[in-house]
Amino acid sequence: MVDSKTEKIIEESMETGWITEPDAKLIFSRAGLEVPRYTMAKSAEEAVKFAEETGFPVVAKVVSPEVVHKTEVSGVEVGITEPDGVREAFTRFSGIDGFTGMLVEEMLKGTELIVGAKKDSQFGPVILLGMGGIGVEIYQDSAIRMAPLKKSDIRSMVSELKARQLIEGFRGSEPVNMEKLTSLVIRFSELAIQLEDYFESIDLNPVICTGESCVIADARIILK
Amino acid sequence: MDFRSLFEPETMAVVGVSLSNDRHPANVIYNKNNLRYPVKVYGVNPRGGTYYKDRIYQSLSEIPEKIDLVIVAVKAEHVPAVLQECIDSWVGAAAVISGGFAETGNLELKDRFLKIAGEADFPIIGPNCLGIYSPTAVDSFFLPSERMVRPQQGNVAIVSQSGGILVDQMVKFTGQGVGLSRAISIGNKAVVNELDLIKFFARDDLTDVISFYIEGFGPGEGREFIQAAAKCPKPVITMKAGKSSAGTRAVSSHTASMAGDYKIFSSVMKQFGLVEARDEHEMISFCESLSCYTRPIGGNIGIVTASGGHGAVAVDTCEQSVLTVPRLPEKTQKSIREKLTPGIRDIASLSNPLDLTGSARDDDFVVAASHLTTSDEIDCVLVLLLPYLPEVTSDVGARLSQLYHEEGKPIIAYVPHVEKYRMIIEGFQLNSVPVAHSIEGAVLMAEAMKRCTPW
Repeated sequence: MVDSKTEKIIEESMETGWITEPDAKLIFSRAGLEVPRYTMAKSAEEAVKFAEETGFPVVAKVVSPEVVHKTEVSGVEVGITEPDGVREAFTRFSGIDGFTGMLVEEMLKGTELIVGAKKDSQFGPVILLGMGGIGVEIYQDSAIRMAPLKKSDIRSMVSELKARQLIEGFRGSEPVNMEKLTSLVIRFSELAIQLEDYFESIDLNPVICTGESCVIADARIILK
Repeated sequence: MDFRSLFEPETMAVVGVSLSNDRHPANVIYNKNNLRYPVKVYGVNPRGGTYYKDRIYQSLSEIPEKIDLVIVAVKAEHVPAVLQECIDSWVGAAAVISGGFAETGNLELKDRFLKIAGEADFPIIGPNCLGIYSPTAVDSFFLPSERMVRPQQGNVAIVSQSGGILVDQMVKFTGQGVGLSRAISIGNKAVVNELDLIKFFARDDLTDVISFYIEGFGPGEGREFIQAAAKCPKPVITMKAGKSSAGTRAVSSHTASMAGDYKIFSSVMKQFGLVEARDEHEMISFCESLSCYTRPIGGNIGIVTASGGHGAVAVDTCEQSVLTVPRLPEKTQKSIREKLTPGIRDIASLSNPLDLTGSARDDDFVVAASHLTTSDEIDCVLVLLLPYLPEVTSDVGARLSQLYHEEGKPIIAYVPHVEKYRMIIEGFQLNSVPVAHSIEGAVLMAEAMKRCTPW
């Protein structure tokens, strides 16, 4: 079952065929998954105000139903350290096709993973876990399971990855909190089953994981 | 659906028997079953008449007794009428050999007979298939008997979307000494599909291992199949054709791009403990191994051989797969060494792989292997035999097999030449110990047992 707010977002996004980042994050946070503190700013000053309240550095991203891959149109600015940087980003992004606003959010650091879902015609919803970031399709380091997942599936998925050591702690780096990662993936797999009539694929990329938390830093839902 | 009439019919009718053409598929099927199987066979052709002194019936309803199985080998457009007649005559099951349905775009016909079958809950195999091969009961393959290679009766069932692949697998089963319980070619699987058959074979007394050659599942069929397979207490082996993704569809998400159809298939098989064979060689190795040992094992392998090279190749192959070759404890090594024949006692290397050297005797192989079959550190023993060594006798196969029957721990043998060392091989195989003819094949056999466990 999908709640009415989520249903409304899906309905409104049918025309473009996908759900933009702020709306996707809203769906995931309503489902109990962790997202960064963010705002969808319609003006530069609104963006600055949020950045000052949250504390620098922040990340700014273009929001446009015409832009599925934001980095491909230089629509992401990370590590902005002062108000003018926020204003500059806003001015630049407002020139991008279909601009509807700018998303500003706290900047997180940690191990970047991708958690995804696909509605497979033969097997129904399947869940993918892998190394995230913009290089995902180059490294192709991922594991797949049919949803719904059990707790033990997450451990075995991690053990399949080449980047396993990065998740389990490599040369003194902090290991990812496996409990948080497990509950995120399990909850996400349940959500994928609830949404199976609506979506074709979902990317949570990156999910930023540390010893304390796993937070969905970017998300998109491609509808059927 | 009741499949007994399909695999163990007492009466069958072949529809489409020609009065003049002995090579017509229907005639080949009619003749082979008439001459060589216990099933009672009737020929049907709307024109009636006689064929080699036998009466040919004009319709199924004319036949004086109840028919268990009907083989339909008529043109596609006549098939729905024949199927309707089957249902009206209370036939048990049908196999439609004829092609010319969905594979050539004739969808309407396929839908029509799906509807006929669905209403009556009537099992139909095919269309566009070879049908059923049940070693001592019936054979609906339209291949002359003298051209077929028939494996011995055994406990492995084969389900195949492709008839050609199925016949080839039977050839390979025979070559490798793997026994077949039943084989079925399901073609376009309009009615009976993999899901129905896994449910049947899970309960079939003759079958201990079920193998599938799969080209593709229909929408949602894969999930249903995997859920049934997860509940099946017998090992399930799959081989998938069409591993390369069809074309380059434009995909808008990273997940859709990375989760290709085959990657999903392969991952799901692993997730639920189905053993996926990547090619025919793996398929045969897995079938042979699991037909002897149907229970999953851990991945620790003990290797006994008489050549350092064989041991090294086996270790490499194990390490590249899901298996490990642990070092044997000093205590075990010492115990083995004390019992070896004096000629090799000081030169054998026993840490695992155990290299007994070229002077090893049968007794040495038995001593080494028996320590491994009783050792908790080892889940499965590979014996890489060099039968050309002067002290190795033809008894070695049967003697080593005895260790499996004493301890219940799987043993896999490697013997290099099938013809020359036949007696050693039979010493293993007749005692339910599988024999590989390559070192890699022996490792694959062990891998099959490890991969039976869900991840």
